[in-house]
Amino acid sequence: MSAWVPPRYAHHVPPRPGGVEQARVAIVGGGLVGLTAALDLARRGIASVLLDEDDTLSTGSRAICFSQRTLEIMGRLGIGQRFLDKGITWNRGRVFFRDREAYSFDLLPESGHEYPAFVNLQQYYAEQWLIEACEASGLVDLRWGSRVTGVVPRADGAALEVETRSGPYRLDAEWVLACDGVHSKVRRALDLPFTGQVFDDRFLIADVRMQADFPSERWFWFDPPFHPGQSVLLHKQPDDLWRIDFQLGRDADPEAEREPERVRARVAAMLGEGVAFDLDWVSVYTFRCRRLERFRHGRVLFLGDAAHQVSPFGARGGNGGVQDADNLCWKLAIVLQGEAPERLLDSYDAERIPAADENIRHSSRATDFITPKGSACRAYRDAVLELARDLPLARPFVNSGRLSQPAVLRDSPLNGPDEAPRAAPPGTACPDAPILRDGQPDWLLRQFGQGFLLLAREAHPVKMEGLRTVELRDSPRPGALHDHSGLAAARLGLAPGECALVRPDQHIAARFATTAPDPILAALRRARSL
Amino acid sequence: MKLRRDPNLSDPDALYAALMEAHRGLDEAASRRLDAKLVLLLANHIGDEAVLKEALDLARGTVPGQDAAPATD
Repeated sequence: MSAWVPPRYAHHVPPRPGGVEQARVAIVGGGLVGLTAALDLARRGIASVLLDEDDTLSTGSRAICFSQRTLEIMGRLGIGQRFLDKGITWNRGRVFFRDREAYSFDLLPESGHEYPAFVNLQQYYAEQWLIEACEASGLVDLRWGSRVTGVVPRADGAALEVETRSGPYRLDAEWVLACDGVHSKVRRALDLPFTGQVFDDRFLIADVRMQADFPSERWFWFDPPFHPGQSVLLHKQPDDLWRIDFQLGRDADPEAEREPERVRARVAAMLGEGVAFDLDWVSVYTFRCRRLERFRHGRVLFLGDAAHQVSPFGARGGNGGVQDADNLCWKLAIVLQGEAPERLLDSYDAERIPAADENIRHSSRATDFITPKGSACRAYRDAVLELARDLPLARPFVNSGRLSQPAVLRDSPLNGPDEAPRAAPPGTACPDAPILRDGQPDWLLRQFGQGFLLLAREAHPVKMEGLRTVELRDSPRPGALHDHSGLAAARLGLAPGECALVRPDQHIAARFATTAPDPILAALRRARSL
Repeated sequence: MKLRRDPNLSDPDALYAALMEAHRGLDEAASRRLDAKLVLLLANHIGDEAVLKEALDLARGTVPGQDAAPATD
């Protein structure tokens, strides 16, 4: 199969070089996170201007592991099926120590979800589909070849200095979403400290094109014979592409390690002689775990790597960024539509900073396990791996990356009461479940739309303003969802007569023992910071 | 305090001897691995985070609840 050729997008030509333009929402950065935010806003009827300095998609496969929650978000945005059709579905991880398997784990032991635990896919495909959907929405003004060179925050927005091939202009935006990555220009323009832990180990990513019969699983080696003393991670991608991630240690020379012959030798040592392969993309990197102190700075909001950075172990970078967009966009939309006060956006900090900290904590711990520093750390690491082979008790200690799970927004100020605590407390992303709609198999999350929703089991709530109601029934009934397997009620922890208030980002805001409207309306106000 | 601080072994000399015997002939790295395995096995057996935290603080020579500081001899 021939290598994929990325599209080139036309550079934006400002109508009046040197002039001033206006936008309600400007998104800086057209990568995975910026494009997700633009599409999410568009789905809510909000137009945006998206500025990206480049004129193409991301180089190399980059973020390849799309988690179930990300896939559900892409489903809500209308492009989930493309991920399923093209991506490599996987649920199982396998860990090897030296020349033997230490253990394996299943990330989705239960069935009854539209999306699997993970889909592997080159980031550029995701970006391409997001761009196509943004263009089709008619609400996203995609401006390629547009570099932001200055940001002046104001009480009512920010002034962005934008450079193009055809000259500079100023864009006065009421709101700015900074999605411009780890080296965020917006973050630098605002001179905001970005601090945290630095890890010294170097890693090598090699994307290898070959015919191979490894299964669709995540394989992780500690200290394998073909790469002694270090770790190796293998992932399958579409188009016969394989991601191999080699730990190189602290003393590796990044220039020498990038040499194709050197990379080829490492890959050949892993695959064995006589296996034909092509190198598609090579990258040598180190990483840090750090974040901004706050993600909201007045009318400028930071998302994704611009706000927080994690190690790649656990697939928490791209997935974390997509969840930032999921969390922020409904809030910004209802603020812009006058249905909520501006202070609702403070909850973006209150909800996504703990989520970022959780991602940083997991990714730092995994890195400490994978790259032990000092003889004591090494002794514990190897002790765990030696015990894990025969003793299940040691396996939970093995940390080759704790794979991305949706954050539970437990302490969110938007959460209302939990009158019947069982499963899925307020702050949880609503679990999916199979249902029947008019007798046809469908999925629970597909029924949610983009607004607030009351999900009631075996009850018929009165009509409440600003709130759509969906009834879950144990037996078929016109207009209701038939919970034929009982999984929806079980996963949501809803007994007959109970209901859950679900936010526009599909998170449970509150749960009620009855469908009496007053507490529900109070929780709905609270979830909008009213 | 949940961690037992009174002697609880019927034959401490025998346990001590068994520990020494287990380390016999091991190099530094293997010895550390052995101790690490013991800690992990026993920690899992105890299964009580408060007891383990108390033991960790005691071993580090720190007062429980305060920041860890190196032990002084």
